[in-house]
Amino acid sequence: MENINLILPEIFISLSIMFLLVLGVFKNDSSKITFNLSLFAILITAIITINETFSVSRETLFNQSVVIDSMSSLMKIITLVGGFLVLVISSSYLKTFKIYNIEYPVLILSSILGMMVMISSNDLIVFYMGLELQSLALYVLATYNRDQLKSSEAGLKYFVLSALSSGLLLYGCSLVYGFSGSTNFDIISNQLNSEEYVLTFGIVFILVGLAFKISAVPFHMWAPDVYEGSPTTVTLFFTIVPKVAALTVFIRFLYVPFLNLIDQWQMIIVFLSIASMVFGAVAAIGQTNIKRLIAYSSIGHIGYTLAGLATVSNEGIQSSIIYISIYVVMNLALFSCLLMLRRKNQYYEDIDDLSGLSKNHPLLSLCLLLILFSLAGIPPLAGFFAKFYVFKAVLEQSMYFLAIVGLLSTVVAAFYYLRIIKIIYFDKEKDKYDTDHSLWLKFSLTVSTILILLYFIFPSQLIEVVSRINII
Amino acid sequence: MNFPILSSLILLPIIGALFLFFTKEKEGNNNTIKHVALFTTVVNFFISIYLWLAFDQSTSSFQFIEDRTWIKGFINYKVGVDGISILFIILTTFITPLCIISVNNSIKNRLRDFLIAILVMESFMIGVFSALDLVVFYLFFEAGLIPMFLIIGIWGGTRRVYSAFKFFLYTLLGSVLMLVAIISIYWIAGTTDVVQLYEIGIDVKYQNLLWLAFFSSFAVKTPMWPVHTWLPDAHVEAPTAGSVLLAAILLKMAGYGFIRFSLGLFPVASEVFTPLIYTLSIIAIIFTSLIALMQEDMKKLIAYSSVAHMGFVTLGIFTLQQQGIEGSIIQMISHGLVSAALFLTVGVVYDRMHSRLISTYGGLVSVIPKYSILFMLFALASLGLPGTSGFIGEFLILMGAFKDNFLVAVIASIGVILGAAYMLWLYKRVVFGKLLNEDLKKILDLNRSEYFILSCLAAPILFFGFYPDPLINTIEVSVTDLINMHNTNIASN
Repeated sequence: MENINLILPEIFISLSIMFLLVLGVFKNDSSKITFNLSLFAILITAIITINETFSVSRETLFNQSVVIDSMSSLMKIITLVGGFLVLVISSSYLKTFKIYNIEYPVLILSSILGMMVMISSNDLIVFYMGLELQSLALYVLATYNRDQLKSSEAGLKYFVLSALSSGLLLYGCSLVYGFSGSTNFDIISNQLNSEEYVLTFGIVFILVGLAFKISAVPFHMWAPDVYEGSPTTVTLFFTIVPKVAALTVFIRFLYVPFLNLIDQWQMIIVFLSIASMVFGAVAAIGQTNIKRLIAYSSIGHIGYTLAGLATVSNEGIQSSIIYISIYVVMNLALFSCLLMLRRKNQYYEDIDDLSGLSKNHPLLSLCLLLILFSLAGIPPLAGFFAKFYVFKAVLEQSMYFLAIVGLLSTVVAAFYYLRIIKIIYFDKEKDKYDTDHSLWLKFSLTVSTILILLYFIFPSQLIEVVSRINII
Repeated sequence: MNFPILSSLILLPIIGALFLFFTKEKEGNNNTIKHVALFTTVVNFFISIYLWLAFDQSTSSFQFIEDRTWIKGFINYKVGVDGISILFIILTTFITPLCIISVNNSIKNRLRDFLIAILVMESFMIGVFSALDLVVFYLFFEAGLIPMFLIIGIWGGTRRVYSAFKFFLYTLLGSVLMLVAIISIYWIAGTTDVVQLYEIGIDVKYQNLLWLAFFSSFAVKTPMWPVHTWLPDAHVEAPTAGSVLLAAILLKMAGYGFIRFSLGLFPVASEVFTPLIYTLSIIAIIFTSLIALMQEDMKKLIAYSSVAHMGFVTLGIFTLQQQGIEGSIIQMISHGLVSAALFLTVGVVYDRMHSRLISTYGGLVSVIPKYSILFMLFALASLGLPGTSGFIGEFLILMGAFKDNFLVAVIASIGVILGAAYMLWLYKRVVFGKLLNEDLKKILDLNRSEYFILSCLAAPILFFGFYPDPLINTIEVSVTDLINMHNTNIASN
C-alpha cells in the first residue's frame, strides 16, 4: 500500500478548490469569504506539507510517477508561502479595480495545485498535466482585469506563446519517449545515452519549452509585455511562484532523465545563463515602466540561477535554490512597494512616479533603497549572498568565463537599479501618495525588507535547509 | 573570551545610527541629533585610543582577535589588528567626529540622514581595516559604496548625479573581479582566513592572475592612473564632510589592501608586477601633479594632489623595503590628516562665498588672518616640508625607492618639486595678492567650531612631523615581519 499521506497536500488543495467553487456558486457576495477561506486552505496545505513530507528524504508513489523528496517539499513550501503572500496583499488592489471576485483566489489555488504536481512529477505525463493546469490558470489570471485593453492583450500574448512552447515541449517529450520507451524519469535516465543525434533534438525541444516558462533569453519575449499588461498583483505572482516551480522541473529534467547527457545540455544552459544575465542587464536600462523593468531584471536573475544549474554539482543546484528563495523575498518586497504607490484610487507604475519619493515617504524609500541595492547584489544585503553562493559553486567547477561575465553584468545591472535610487533620492518630489495601506501589505513589506537587511546575521540556516537537497 | 573590543568599535556607530533613525528631525533645531552622532563617534575614538594603548607593539601577530563561525564550514567572522591596521582604525575614528562637527554650516537639509550615512560609513571603514577574512573584508569594502553613493548624490553639488554614478560603477567594476579572486582562493587554498593563508601560502601558478584581480579593485580605489578619473569628480561634487571621508579614509582602504593582501598573499606576483606599479605610480605622480597645476577649482586641485600622493604610497609599498613600506603607511596617515584639513579649509571659504574657483579669491590674508595661517600650515604639510608629517612619509618612501631603483626615485623626487609648485601657487593665488573681489571684504574669519576642527588636525600633523616615533614604533615590527615573510616566500619559490 502506498503512503497516500505524502500527497495529502495536493489532495487537500484540490478539495478546497472544489469546495470554494461550489461555495461561490451558491452564496451571493461570497468574494470576501472565498478569499479568507483560500488563504486558510493555503496555510493548512503548507502545514501538511511540512508535517508529512519535510522529513522524507526520497519516496515515490504511483509506479514511480510522483516523487517526494527534500527538494520537492522545500519548493512546495516556497510556492505556497509565495502564493499566500500574493493573495493576501492582492485584495485592496483588486477592490480598486472592482475585480474582487471569487475567481481570483480559485485560479491562484489551481495554478498552485498545478505547480505542486509539476514539482513532484517524476513522469513526463504527470509533469505535463501539472504544467497545463498551472498555465491555464495563469492565462486567465493575466487577463483578469478584462476591462483594460492591455490586460487582455497580455493574456492573449501569453496564451499564444505559451501554447507554442508547450507544443515544443510536448514534441520533445515524444521524442524522448520514442528513444527510451518509457515516460518515467528514472527509466529514461537509465535508457538514454548520448549516441543518438535525434535524441539531442528531443532534449533541445524540452529545454526550449522550459526556458520559455522561466523566461530565459532568447525565449523571454513574452515576459515584458505580459508583466506590464497584467494586473500588478498577478505580475507579482508571475515573477515569483511559477518561476520556482519551473526551476524545480528544470533541475529535475537536467539531473534525472538527462543526467547521462551532460555534454549535450551543459553548453546550452551556460549559453542561456550568459544570455539572460547580459540581456537582462542591458535591456533594462532603457525602460520607463517599473513592471517592464522588473521583467527584464527578473530575466537577469533567472540567468544567475541557471548559472548555478550549469555547474553539474549539488553545490550548484543548492546555490540556485538559495538564489531563487532570496529572489522571491526581494520581489515580494519590491512589489509591496509598488502596490503602495497609490493616489486617489489610482496606481502608479512609471519610474518617474517615484521621483523624490524620499521627501514625503522616507520609510518607504528606505525600504526601496535596501531592496534595490539587494537586487543589485551589493553586500551586506541578501542579494549579495545569493550571487555569492552561485559564483562560489560556479568557480568550484573552474568556470571562470561564466563567473566573470556574470559579475560584470551585475555592474551593468547596478546601473539601472542606481537610476531608480537616483530618482527616488536625488530628484524633485511629486505629490504625496496615500498612506492608508492594508495591514498585510505593510506586514509583507516590513518582513521581507528585514529579511533582506538582516540575512547576513544568520546565513547558515537557509544553507542548512537547502543542503539536504542532493539530487546527483 | 575577552571583551569584543573590535566588534564594539564596528557596532557602536551602527547603534548610534539606529538611535538617530528613531529620533524625529525638527525644523531648525537639530542639536540633539548632532550631539548623539558626535557622542557616538567620540566614544568610538576613545575606545580606539584605548585599543592603541593596550596594543602590544613588540609582536607582529594579530591582536584582539575575535573568531566566530558565521557561515558554517565556510566563513568565519574574524577580526583583529596588527601594527598596520590599528593606525588606520584610529585615523578613521579621529576623522569622523571632526566631519560631524564640520557639518554645521555645510549641510542644510536632511541633516539626520546625513549623519546616519556618516556613522554607517564609519562602521564599514573600521570593518575594512580590522577584517581578517577575505570575504568579511570584501563585505565591508563593498558595503561602503552605499552610504558614499548617497552622500555624494543627495548632498553634493550640481553635477552630483553624474559623480555619484561614476564613483559607484567604477569601484564596483573593480571589485567584482576581486570577488572572483576571493572565491577562487577559497577553492585553491581551502580557506579565506588571512592568518591561515599567510601560513599556507598560495600556489605560485595562480598568483599572477589573482594579484591582477585584486589589483583591479585596489587600483580603482587608490586611485591609480589611468583609472583615477572618478576621484576628481566625486571630490568636487561631494559635500565637504563627504570629501573629507573620501580623501582621508576611503582611499586608504586600497593602500591598506595592497599591503595586507597583495604583498602578504601574493609575494611572487608582487615581485613580478613591481615594474607595472612603478610605472603607474610615476605617471600618477608626475602627470597628475601637472594636471593639478592647471586646475582652476580648488577642490579639484586637491583631488589631483591626492592622486599624486597616493602615487607615492603605491610606489613606497612596492619598493618592498622597510623604509618604503613604513613611509607609505605614514604617508597615508599624514595624507589622511592633511587632505582632510585641506578640504575643510576649502569648505570654510566655500560656505561663505559659495565658490570653489581660485579666481574668486585673492588677498584673503588681509581679511581672515587666522584662516590664512592654518591654511599655510596645511599647504606646507601637503608639499612635505620638514617638521610636518608629510615630510616623514615622503622622505622614507624616497629612501626606500633609492635603495630599490635609482631612476624611479629620481623621477619621483621631481614629483615632490611639482607638489611644492602647485600647492604654493594655489596658496599664493588664494591668500596673497590684492583683494579685488568686493564681496570678500565682508568675509568672516574662522568661527569657533572651525577653529577647533582645524587645530585638531594641525596638532597631529606638527606633532608627528617632529616626533614620528609613536607611529613608527607601532608599525615597525609588523612591517619587518611582513618583509621577512615576503623574502622567505620568494626564496622558497
